[in-house]
Amino acid sequence: MLNVILWAPLAAGVLLLIAPRPAARWIGVAGALVTLGFAVALVLDFDSAAPGLQHVVDESWIPDLGVRYALGVDGISVFLVLLTAVLWTAGTLFSALRSYPEDGRTRFYYFLLALGETAALGAFCAQDLLLFVLFFDLMLVPFFFLIGAFGSGERIAATTKMIVYTLVGSLLMLVGAIATAILVAQDTGELSFSIADLRANLLSAGSQEWIFCFFAAAFLVKMPAFPIHGWMPDAYRAAPLPVVLLLSGVLSKVGAYGFLRVVLPVYPEATVTFQEVVMVIAVASILYGSVMAFTQTNVRLVAGYSSVAQLGFITLGVFSLRDDGADGAVLQMVNHGLVVAAIFVVIGILYARTRTEDLTEMGGQAMRAPVLAALFLVVTLATLAMPGSANFIGEFYILNGAFQSKIALAFVAAIGIALAAFYALRLYQRTMHNRLPDGVESREISLRDSVVLAPLVACIVALALWPGVILDRGEASVDQNVGAVTALATDCSAYSSATVEPANTAVHCE
Amino acid sequence: MTFEAPHIDYAGISPVIALTAGLVVVLVGGLLASGRAQRIVVSILGLGTLAAAAGLCIWQWGESKDLVAGALRLDDLALAVTLIAIAAAAFCIPLSWREESVERPLGPTGHGEFQALLICSVLGMTLIAQAQNLIAFFVALELLSIPLYVLCGSALRREESLESGLKYLIIGSIGSATLLYGLAFIYGASGSTDFGAIRTAVGGSVLDDPLLLIGIALSAAGLAFKLSIAPFHQWTPDVYEGAPTPVTAFMAVATKAAVFCVLVRFFEVALGPAIDDWQPALAALAAVSIVVGNAGALGQDSLKRLLGYSGVAQAGYMLVAVVAASEAGISALVFYLAGYALMNLPAFAVITIRERETPFGDNIRAVEGLGRERPALATALTVSMLALAGLPGTVGFIGKLFLIEPAVDADYTWLAVLIAIGSAISLAYYLRVAAAIWMRPGRERAAPAPAIAGASQEADAAADGTRCRVIIGLTLLAAAATVFFGVIPSPLVDWAANAGEAIGSLL
Repeated sequence: MLNVILWAPLAAGVLLLIAPRPAARWIGVAGALVTLGFAVALVLDFDSAAPGLQHVVDESWIPDLGVRYALGVDGISVFLVLLTAVLWTAGTLFSALRSYPEDGRTRFYYFLLALGETAALGAFCAQDLLLFVLFFDLMLVPFFFLIGAFGSGERIAATTKMIVYTLVGSLLMLVGAIATAILVAQDTGELSFSIADLRANLLSAGSQEWIFCFFAAAFLVKMPAFPIHGWMPDAYRAAPLPVVLLLSGVLSKVGAYGFLRVVLPVYPEATVTFQEVVMVIAVASILYGSVMAFTQTNVRLVAGYSSVAQLGFITLGVFSLRDDGADGAVLQMVNHGLVVAAIFVVIGILYARTRTEDLTEMGGQAMRAPVLAALFLVVTLATLAMPGSANFIGEFYILNGAFQSKIALAFVAAIGIALAAFYALRLYQRTMHNRLPDGVESREISLRDSVVLAPLVACIVALALWPGVILDRGEASVDQNVGAVTALATDCSAYSSATVEPANTAVHCE
Repeated sequence: MTFEAPHIDYAGISPVIALTAGLVVVLVGGLLASGRAQRIVVSILGLGTLAAAAGLCIWQWGESKDLVAGALRLDDLALAVTLIAIAAAAFCIPLSWREESVERPLGPTGHGEFQALLICSVLGMTLIAQAQNLIAFFVALELLSIPLYVLCGSALRREESLESGLKYLIIGSIGSATLLYGLAFIYGASGSTDFGAIRTAVGGSVLDDPLLLIGIALSAAGLAFKLSIAPFHQWTPDVYEGAPTPVTAFMAVATKAAVFCVLVRFFEVALGPAIDDWQPALAALAAVSIVVGNAGALGQDSLKRLLGYSGVAQAGYMLVAVVAASEAGISALVFYLAGYALMNLPAFAVITIRERETPFGDNIRAVEGLGRERPALATALTVSMLALAGLPGTVGFIGKLFLIEPAVDADYTWLAVLIAIGSAISLAYYLRVAAAIWMRPGRERAAPAPAIAGASQEADAAADGTRCRVIIGLTLLAAAATVFFGVIPSPLVDWAANAGEAIGSLL
């Protein structure tokens, strides 16, 4: 089943290259829908009690290098696969209904979208470290062309900047991955990139540390986290709207997911060593992102910087190294993906009416559009983590985890929640309330836009009602991935404070 | 006194015989006066020669034996490199069909000379790939270089081409002289010209023997000239830019393969025991090459100069595999050399086509808007650029993977990191080309150049169509192979592993 999910989009992409031009976009949509169907089936079929991998595919790929084509999903990735499928359907459908791209290079555009979906799904499903790196890097190729060929403004400079930024990190990650496997192989005598094998044979603390830095660089740039977010404003401004939706909704999650999937289990000791550094980066991202989000006037950047802040929360949850924090991070990844996608769809709708993306030139859209305003209000309230929304539960879990491990940082991070209320409400008011600018009409949301927006909002509401859907399925896997590190982290702190004798003296503490 | 005739293994030297015979026949074919007939006859003869040689190489695949009194060694490494050189030459013959250096508007048509020189160079490469004797090594190196000097200057009416040929001749001669001097020192230190005997003589500690050390240093510098490894690369961008594009393509791909092969034999087999002396030196050369090549390519507007600098950087990557000095390293090198041919040839082919179609020559402006105008060519060039940058889904990614692995295994992790950083820098210029193809509108072009007097315009246009179609077909084939081996690398990996095994036992 994973094979079908993974390759269905690309198959549709290749098919639409040879299809007649008018049909191309609908083939793209169909590919995304088929993938979505299978992804839903995957979730329904998921056994929430089992902590391990399910739907495993394991084939030999490059035997000389010990690289295997290994796929599988567990409680952490299964919902990210679904999120990817949902958002790609939304993005593709939105593009198709709004007749993107305007310059007629339809096939190229939808092919790139499809390639991007396959790469993103691959990153979430890969269970071989090298395969993960491969898909991680592959994601960049379609996005390079999507932004550079179909964007606006300084698109070429923006897309080059994005690629160079992100690839510095991911190429170092490639070296790190190879080094891990070789160093492990020097002990075990067998070269293998399988994440499970690498978890079973950990490296020495010294090697873990420099390799950790390579991986962290790749993931933090991808999110992006402060202060290495430099590519984000340019890319978000230049990219076509559906592409920003995917960048912010899906691609940013791959970084956070990478920490959970690879870094915590494979480099646990380094994780403990660098825990505080990453948490400080996360808190800095939360504060910086929030402040930037309520000072920007470009709506895309408001949403973009709010993503920086939200990803900061997710990283904080992961690096609290507690089950609660990581559970919350998994839930929050899905929440944020849905919410930010909905925001970008709204931005797209508003842009079509006002022909501007500047907050100061917008306003008053709620006047004759109660449905649009209501939908957007739901999204806004979810963004600011109103109690009752799934985002509230996610952030609560994250902060709960953070309070357990680093209480001072958790207090500072909590400010971020208040700031979120500022920027989310400001975005809503400036677009929906106030006076209508001259020459702009307030209209009710059209059917073709609601086809995209309404399901996203429905997902947000559904998650608010049943957040347990994700938490229950995630818990067992999170335990498995974070549990060992938690033990290490708590033992070390116990060891250093010398209040309790460490239960397991074999654990390496620094 | 009884005289025993030496045993000659005709099967082993059959590729050499085929190339030598073909070279003569092609030269005779060039006597045909009519341009069109000459092109067809000579190309059939030339490609036939290459096909025969390739067939004989495949026939000899798996053999492992000494030839010509131990001067040459036929093994899978040599055969693999020969096949790469033959493939590159076969690719360049169609590329040369409409070149002004060959079909001169004034003066005789030169297909016979062009292809004879090309085959002569391939012959030199075949020999150097097998050389395991200092004399054979040097003679073969000259045999492959001298035809290239001539080919670079073959566009007689273009000043840049003449400059390129002269520059290559002078700098190449200095490189050869340096190498020869170094080889003499090594002979002086070891008392033998045979790689095996040198290996025995070198034995262990070399630091005591200044003669051998000087020899190693000079011959490393001489080979670095030929491989355009920084800081001995200064000629590369100028020569690449000035030479006719088909020649540049051949030079970039085939020379690298052949000289790397002899580099492996020379350092890892002959000087194997002295590894502690040359390994840090080669590692430093690789590092400098990666940095200088990638920095130099930034901001180049001429695509050929860009590829020249990129070649400097790529040579640095490949040198890392030699530094690793292991069987896995040699396999990685052969894999990368084959991949390098697949990645580079489409790029040069597209440049050749655009040089003829636009007035911009090899400037990056020539490919602006190519995505709309010629999607097939644009795809091929894009694939080639992405592969050279090492993005996944292409043979370039797998190649880098293979290079990094032996480097880390040999405790040269810092070189592996440098490969990664170099690749990241390289994206800035490779993607600039991709951006020009897909993201910029095409330029208004001047009216096409007036048709050459004497030929019927219509017939000429139709014929041009076919010739370009052959090139486009080959280009797409190479680009498709770049992607294919990026997704299913196993066949190429196994092939390269054979070559690695051939020499692995000697290390």
